[in-house]
Amino acid sequence: MTLNTFKNVLFSVLFLAVSFAGYASDNSDPQEGEEFNPKEMILHHVKDAHEFHLWDWKGKPVSLSLPIILWTDNGLTTFSSSQFHHDDTGKVIVEKNGGKFVKFHEKIYQLDANATTVAFDEEHHPVNAHKPLNFSITRNVFMMWVSVIVLLLIFLTAARSYKKSKDGVPTGIAGFVEPLIVFVRDEIGKPMIGEHKYKKYMPYLLTIFFFIWINNIFGLIPILNGANLSGNIAFTCTLAVFTFIITTLSGNSNYWKHIFWMPGVPVPMKIFLMPIEIIGMFVKPISLMIRLFANITAGHVIILALMSLIFVFKTVAIAPVSVAFSLFITVIEIIVTAIQAYIFTILSALYFGMATEDHH
Amino acid sequence: MDLITPEFGLVFWTAITFLFLLLILRKFAWKPILGAVSDREEGIKTALASAENARKEMENLQADNERILKEARLERETMLKEAREIKAKMISDAKEEAQEQANKMIAQAQTAIESEKKSAMAELKNHVAGLSVEIAEKVVRQELSNKDKQLELVESMLNEAKLN
Amino acid sequence: MTITGIAAIGAGLAAIGAGVGIGKIGGSAMDAMARQPEMHGKIQSSALILAAFVEAVALFGVVVAFLQG
Repeated sequence: MTLNTFKNVLFSVLFLAVSFAGYASDNSDPQEGEEFNPKEMILHHVKDAHEFHLWDWKGKPVSLSLPIILWTDNGLTTFSSSQFHHDDTGKVIVEKNGGKFVKFHEKIYQLDANATTVAFDEEHHPVNAHKPLNFSITRNVFMMWVSVIVLLLIFLTAARSYKKSKDGVPTGIAGFVEPLIVFVRDEIGKPMIGEHKYKKYMPYLLTIFFFIWINNIFGLIPILNGANLSGNIAFTCTLAVFTFIITTLSGNSNYWKHIFWMPGVPVPMKIFLMPIEIIGMFVKPISLMIRLFANITAGHVIILALMSLIFVFKTVAIAPVSVAFSLFITVIEIIVTAIQAYIFTILSALYFGMATEDHH
Repeated sequence: MDLITPEFGLVFWTAITFLFLLLILRKFAWKPILGAVSDREEGIKTALASAENARKEMENLQADNERILKEARLERETMLKEAREIKAKMISDAKEEAQEQANKMIAQAQTAIESEKKSAMAELKNHVAGLSVEIAEKVVRQELSNKDKQLELVESMLNEAKLN
Repeated sequence: MTITGIAAIGAGLAAIGAGVGIGKIGGSAMDAMARQPEMHGKIQSSALILAAFVEAVALFGVVVAFLQG
């Protein structure tokens, strides 16, 4: 890693360098007469990206360039996403560390050794390039870290205020978060897992609840509208896998007996139930993953679709309707942020409860 | 299809970030906060329990007080009653004694009177005897000159003496 | 009709099913709450959980539509 690259990464991550430079490539500008494609716009907002596009100013995008970190055959390769000059069509080629890289539909491809430009097949898949392992700090990763900082600020401050007060009475922000924490403990942990075992799972439940909730909320803030972290399948998949691992590790003999040899039913039924239960074991985290992902993504899609109506009909007259409806949906989505965090947490707790339930 | 294919990079960063967040918050936030909350709840519970205990103790104390008061009242009453009885008894005893004393004195007086009377009677008898002898002497001296008269006198005197 | 159009119709059908299901849950929850106002909290939370389960079915439909998108 050269000093230059390191500096680049440092600048982009630590100082949030907003690049006002006029790198605008020809294609990213909406040209006169070009058909507005709502599907493309919505997908662009819902999906992850390698730069944090904030707004367009005089036809040029204003964005936060984020570091790109790749694991290629030549080892770790890093450079700033600003080197692509906002190109997303694979035309700008960045040469780094002995490799040629292009960005196409927010994916980084490494060109094969002898290729000079990227070629596509009929289905618009690059043919002479492959995808290296991509550890880039995308805007979702970036927003995730912002949310982690916010969470740490909130909860460490709250924890400190408990330590400061002599009688354990919360002050300031702790007074706000304590009811939420007590809610997670009394409405999710205790009833779902049980009075005696819930304590072990409380840190996980609390962390997952607040982590999902804050990222749901961040997804709704208009200027960060691209930060659709909890509407990204990779995020929900990771959390669901954590829940699955904890469930499986804390499963007692009673739990496994219910899966492989269901007590209390005749033997043919036991054999019939076994595959169903085994599938169910995996369906539970998969449904967790898809529920959160689809709920949040669907909310974003609806809000954006309502907004695109203005551009589809090309008239400002539709704007009041659009704005009113998307305001309505946004308010519903604010409720959904909390409900989905609650559902994910309570279902995780339910699965832990099932795994640790004693025979009775 | 693109939308529902998890990207490895994001999975990697999410896992690392989440584990980091979980560990930090568990140690520095959830532990102290949950500890403080449960401590407070425990404190409230014990405070309530001790208040309940105090209330019960108070009740017990009150009941005790009442019981003691009742006992004291009862005792006072019995004492008063006893005193009254003693008083009555003392009075009656005194009366009896006085009566006895009086009776005794009367009896003594009577015996004294009796003995005085007896002695007086004896003295009187002696005196009368003496007188009689004297009289008799005088009479005898006078009468002895006359024999008949002497006999008559003796006769009469004998009769008289018998009468006596 | 393109495959995307058919997928959209499928997603719509799934949404109808889930809508009916959530409607029934909501109706029954309201009924139960009116009958036993003191159980309000418990009924509400279990209704939410059940709605989430039913909703997941519709969302599977949406995901299938995404698969085609």
